[in-house]
Amino acid sequence: MSILTGKAKTLGLAAIAAAMMTTVATAQEDTIKVGILHSLSGTMAISETTLKDVMLMLIEEQNEKGGLLGKKLEAVVVDPASDWPLFAEKARELIDVDQVAAVFGCWTSVSRKSVLPVFEELNSILFYPVQYEGEESQRNVFYTGAAPNQQAIPAVDYLFDVEGVERWVLAGTDYVYPRTTNKILEAYLKDKGVAEEDIMINYTPFGHSDWQTIVSDIKAFGSEGKKTAVVSTINGDANVPFYKELGNQGIEATDIPVVAFSVGEEELAGLDTAPLVGHLAAWNYFQSVDTPENAEFIETWKAFTGPDRVTNDPMEAHYIGFNMWVKAVEMAGTTDTDAVIDALVGVSVPNLTGGYSAMMPNHHITKPVLIGEIQEDGQFDVVDSTDGLVPGDAWSDFLPDSAKLISDWRKPLECGNFNVETATCGGKGS
Amino acid sequence: MLKPFRFLVFLLLLPLLALPAAAQSDPRDLINELSQGKLRQRIAQVEAIAATGNSDVVPALQALKDGDLYFKKSDKTVYITRKSGRDLALLDPITGEEIEVVASGAVEKIKVNNSLRRLIDKAVGGLTLMSKDPSVRISAAETIFESGDPESLELLDEAIAAEQDPTVRKKMDLARAAVILNTDASDETKIEAVDLVAENGGRNVLNLLKGVTFNASPAVAEAANKAVEQIERTLVLWDYGQTIWYGVSLGSVLLLAAIGLAVTFGVMGVINMAHGEMVMLGAYTTFVVQEIIRNSFPELFNYSLLIALPLAFAVSGGCGLILERGVIRFLYGRPLETLLATWGVSLILQQGVRTIFGPTNKEVGNPDWMSGAYEIGGLVITANRLWIVVFSLFVFAALFVVLKKTPFGLQMRAVTQNRKMASSMGIRTPWVDAFTFALGSGIAGIAGVALSQISNVSPNLGQSYIIDSFMVVVFGGVGNLWGTLIGAMTLGVANKFLEPFAGAVLAKILILVFIILFIQKRPRGLFALKGRAVEA
Repeated sequence: MSILTGKAKTLGLAAIAAAMMTTVATAQEDTIKVGILHSLSGTMAISETTLKDVMLMLIEEQNEKGGLLGKKLEAVVVDPASDWPLFAEKARELIDVDQVAAVFGCWTSVSRKSVLPVFEELNSILFYPVQYEGEESQRNVFYTGAAPNQQAIPAVDYLFDVEGVERWVLAGTDYVYPRTTNKILEAYLKDKGVAEEDIMINYTPFGHSDWQTIVSDIKAFGSEGKKTAVVSTINGDANVPFYKELGNQGIEATDIPVVAFSVGEEELAGLDTAPLVGHLAAWNYFQSVDTPENAEFIETWKAFTGPDRVTNDPMEAHYIGFNMWVKAVEMAGTTDTDAVIDALVGVSVPNLTGGYSAMMPNHHITKPVLIGEIQEDGQFDVVDSTDGLVPGDAWSDFLPDSAKLISDWRKPLECGNFNVETATCGGKGS
Repeated sequence: MLKPFRFLVFLLLLPLLALPAAAQSDPRDLINELSQGKLRQRIAQVEAIAATGNSDVVPALQALKDGDLYFKKSDKTVYITRKSGRDLALLDPITGEEIEVVASGAVEKIKVNNSLRRLIDKAVGGLTLMSKDPSVRISAAETIFESGDPESLELLDEAIAAEQDPTVRKKMDLARAAVILNTDASDETKIEAVDLVAENGGRNVLNLLKGVTFNASPAVAEAANKAVEQIERTLVLWDYGQTIWYGVSLGSVLLLAAIGLAVTFGVMGVINMAHGEMVMLGAYTTFVVQEIIRNSFPELFNYSLLIALPLAFAVSGGCGLILERGVIRFLYGRPLETLLATWGVSLILQQGVRTIFGPTNKEVGNPDWMSGAYEIGGLVITANRLWIVVFSLFVFAALFVVLKKTPFGLQMRAVTQNRKMASSMGIRTPWVDAFTFALGSGIAGIAGVALSQISNVSPNLGQSYIIDSFMVVVFGGVGNLWGTLIGAMTLGVANKFLEPFAGAVLAKILILVFIILFIQKRPRGLFALKGRAVEA
């Protein structure tokens, strides 16, 4: 008996030890790592920190649901510090050292451009959640933010049809996104019969703080007897002094409305919005959208971060992107890059505005476009929306050398810039 | 058998008969209809309300425009609302009596957009022309002037006939002229109207007259063109004045940002890269002060900036003192190390603030006396800019007095001119250094209070001013306060004159190029210090 018990004891101990060994091993091996590449310091921290938080929240939620492919997800957070070359270094570190299955990150176009070669070389996946200028389609990148035809063009249409605008000020910060967007808009407006002298284009440096001259120029431009509107691609910190100056110089939304593409709930948090009521923004999501999905998302977000935090459009883009990735990994049954990239095209997941967004062959997604008016509480009221979902167009139809390009990453084409005239892959953007 | 049937028919027809009658007599039903339908149908609804011609509907329309009109989800009746703690007080849309207080979840806001707001302005303008209050009549005339709606001509004529007050009457005549330009009146009447409008001058008239040139008969268009030319000629002069004002205002911001640096870099020769962060700390102090006031003493809000000033001076000055005692005093005479060390400190401060307050912008409110704008002739002067110009000159004067008229200022100048001699006279030079640095940092702090009014309060606030500050001090002449003043104003005005021609980006580049060339010619800046201090 005693021998037996002794044997049983050792056996039992061995079994426990073995079990412990395996749990340790699973903790080390059986997690799927997800990279988060957002600036937590420097100029862009203001916008990107929120996106890091939302990713952590989504990963935690997924783990509570039981993880992915029977494994837990593990977030790997790095800080590229608003330094563009550092983005490339950190991306390399995430893929090479941490062996992440996919990366969610970047905000500015220049940071995206700087990591592109890394993702291509090391063959990994990047989800990019911010509205951007288009004119790009890469095999390793999935663009969950809006392309120009999902934000800028519908906003201009709204000003045309509802506000009856005839004169246009295109004001932007001086870098690639506003320059390209304004080029597309200028071509689009001229297509619609707007004369050259009815378009004023103005660029300002990053963080521009003295808007007196420009606002009074806009005022003068608007007193030429035609209805005038401002289309603003002014970025980040420069918006607060711009809107303050508008309010102080007494430009009301009923006189000269401003429609902005980079101003969301987060940016308005630093402003007294009472003088700005009626100015517009075009996005694919607003916190005020009244759907059960959104209510649940806001509730989880507030519980995760704090009661005063707001939600915004790029956060929804990460929500969509993350769920698409989860679904594609489940379909592929593996996190292998090539399999997931193939599985992602065609995946469709619910968005927060009451519909479904689908990943298209050009690696952009379908989204509804909403026009919102700024309210006194710093939120937006939706005043107009497109009837259905708008598919993202990588290559603008309004730029002559892009109109003939299409992008389709499915077999057999597998090309991001296929020229339909010459039937060859390559040219612009390659 | 027949009777009840007839009665039934009558009952069935009753609502059909009653509805149009009620709609005309009682605007309340029309207002309640606003809870139905989509945004696109609302224009017709508002037009119907305005068509009653009943001035009782004005409060409801105003509330709709201001986003204060809600409807109860339960029975779809419409109310004007007012905040009552966390709940909403429901007021009768016509009488304005308070009916009940409900949770904000029980009601839904009636949405508006800009075209509706314009329509409401127009309607309210017509409905309030006969109001008893002259200021209401004036604003009614002004809205009609802006909308130029031909339908309001009759109302306007009635109002003009009844008007006694000459100033109000003048406004109404002007509005009438604007309306006439939009009707099919004869050319002579229209030309008269053009002349009347043109007499009033100004930018807002220009818009109307230019509109006339597009779609009127040649004779009228010619008259309008002539008027436009004349107005534009006078406006050109005003524009110069305006540009100079913008320049002075930009200059005052530069002066505020640079004046603290003029002490630490100019007088002491310390390259302080953390200067911008001292400005930022001042701005965050303002934010904290305002938060406390908002939560505990809301009636003091208009004085929040005055309360923040000494605190910001203390916070930034204290930081400066610690920085000097802890880091800089070990590095005197080693400019490169100072530069790197203070740059490191600036990053630490930035990230520290980011960790405590979060990376997002913080809202710092403008007190009432700092919002809005004054119009003087063709000049538009915004209140916050005006106060900042006044404030920067005041700070400059105060610093000047401290340096020239106080014992501390005397010691400071003695130490910077000849350290050894000052020391042998019994001045404790290390402490003078420390307090000079604290003074410079403290001034940066109060600059932060002012800049929080025009810029956004974020951890990056300081970075956007540091380059400009050095530019001003170097250009003005190191060690000379007057140089800083003149330098800031020159750069401000030059920038504003370049901006319209070159654009904001190129203007900044041109200014930088100009300063580089200038420093080649005069390495010590505009007002160079002479004498022994320079050689030391």
